[in-house]
Amino acid sequence: MLRDITIGQYFPGNSVIHKLDPRFKIIITILYIVMLFTGDSLLCLVVGAVYTVMAILLSRIKLKMFVKSVKPIIPFLVITAVINLLLVNSGEVLWRWKFFKITDEGINISLFMIIRIVLLIAGTSILTYTTSPITLTDAIERLLSPLKKLHFPVHELAMMMSIALRFIPTLIEETDKIMSAQKARGAEIDTGSFMNRARNLISILVPLFISSFRRADELATAMECRCYNGGEGRTRLRQLKSSARDYIALAVTVMFLAAAIIVAQMTK
Amino acid sequence: MENIIEIKDLHFCYEAEDEDSQPAEVLKGIDLNIKQGEFVAVLGHNGSGKSTLAKHLNAILLPTSGKVTVNGIDTADESRIFELRQCAGMVFQNPDNQIVSSIVEEDVAFALENLGVPYEEMRRRVDESLKAVNMYEYRLHSPTQLSGGQKQRVAIAGIIAMEPKCIILDEPTAMLDPQGRKEVLAAIKRMNREKGITIVLITHYMEEAAQCGRVVVMDKGRVVLDDKPEKVFSQVDKLKSIGLDVPQVTELAWELKKSGLDISPEIISEDECVEAILRIFGNK
Repeated sequence: MLRDITIGQYFPGNSVIHKLDPRFKIIITILYIVMLFTGDSLLCLVVGAVYTVMAILLSRIKLKMFVKSVKPIIPFLVITAVINLLLVNSGEVLWRWKFFKITDEGINISLFMIIRIVLLIAGTSILTYTTSPITLTDAIERLLSPLKKLHFPVHELAMMMSIALRFIPTLIEETDKIMSAQKARGAEIDTGSFMNRARNLISILVPLFISSFRRADELATAMECRCYNGGEGRTRLRQLKSSARDYIALAVTVMFLAAAIIVAQMTK
Repeated sequence: MENIIEIKDLHFCYEAEDEDSQPAEVLKGIDLNIKQGEFVAVLGHNGSGKSTLAKHLNAILLPTSGKVTVNGIDTADESRIFELRQCAGMVFQNPDNQIVSSIVEEDVAFALENLGVPYEEMRRRVDESLKAVNMYEYRLHSPTQLSGGQKQRVAIAGIIAMEPKCIILDEPTAMLDPQGRKEVLAAIKRMNREKGITIVLITHYMEEAAQCGRVVVMDKGRVVLDDKPEKVFSQVDKLKSIGLDVPQVTELAWELKKSGLDISPEIISEDECVEAILRIFGNK
């Protein structure tokens, strides 16, 4: 049951978006978020929506996956919409009950909020859907590398992240084993009252922690045996190369951002 | 041939945990020389000090007294520790705990990245090492998709990529199934035969030790036997007295000899055993 957990939700593929340099993808994603927050009218979001649809089509990832990515935030969307609907006071009143009223502006703002959040989630999902976590870590390390001058431990953080990613499946497997072992001795993990289950969780967490520490110790020794000595003077097997494709993607994004800003100015 | 590993009167104690307890002496005076290109098995049951000895060979542990030299480098010389570790690679028991990266080829490249090997050279060495252990087609896989034997071969590839003169393997097959054990042992033997890499194989499988060129038996922190496998395993009584078994065929030959048959006790492989038994009955 624990094996079903997917981390990073990466879908390998060969699309144009998959092939983009991850450093550019991160920058483009940041520009995309800026694009969504430039204006405050529905018209501004049309630009963002067109851009998102285009990117989704180019990524050749099934639309179903994007619907799935939005699903967990539906309750949040509903709450945002209801609050905006009921509490916005300006505009023409369409419906009134006690001190609640629904105005046309309220409807507008609610719709705007929902669309913006949906676009935000769907758009940023493209990044994680088309980039493997390990490449993403690598790109973050390189984008942050100027911070090394300020003694910010960029390499160490990236190394920790990539080791964490490497060990997640291993530890999930281990948790599975420990759970089976404890169940075999009569521990109630899936049944019983909430308090009971919480207490029984300890019988899983303690062995899991102990074994993780042991693993960490062994891994550290193995890394030292392979001459690990921090980030200084390291070379890389994975080469990140930017090509014309990346600059074109960046240029297109900047153009859309410009368009969004112009629309925002015009609709003010 | 020159000695690649020289151990002189090596003693090692773990530090006492509190003032009242005595420090535990794990190694009690070991003298051992290993020549370049040798394939040595170190046998011993739990607590014999065999793993502790292995850890001295690339300076994970330093001698309490005595001296360990590998390829002319004193392991106590901290300034040459990376040179030493590049020359004497170490493979551990649990493959899961020595694989650093989520992609096979990147894990093999890990040591080379640390050493600052340029890209072209790194690419060549990674591909060669993966081919040497027959894992090239898995280079883009995640280690979690591999079997234990495959993971251990990836770990070995990660060591050979450093192009060491000697590889120390600390019970590399202890956590593997028989199939994985066979694969790993075959890979180790090939390294020794084709690249002339010195192999020190710490193990408690007699069948593995029987395939080596030389067997060192340890008991209670001392070397008790050091000879060719035939000679070592023919001393069945002595091995049994320190709690070790001998390969099944050796034991069979030994029992046959005890019951009066004319058979050499220096038999370590099944083929030899079959031949010897056929000869006895052929003569009758």
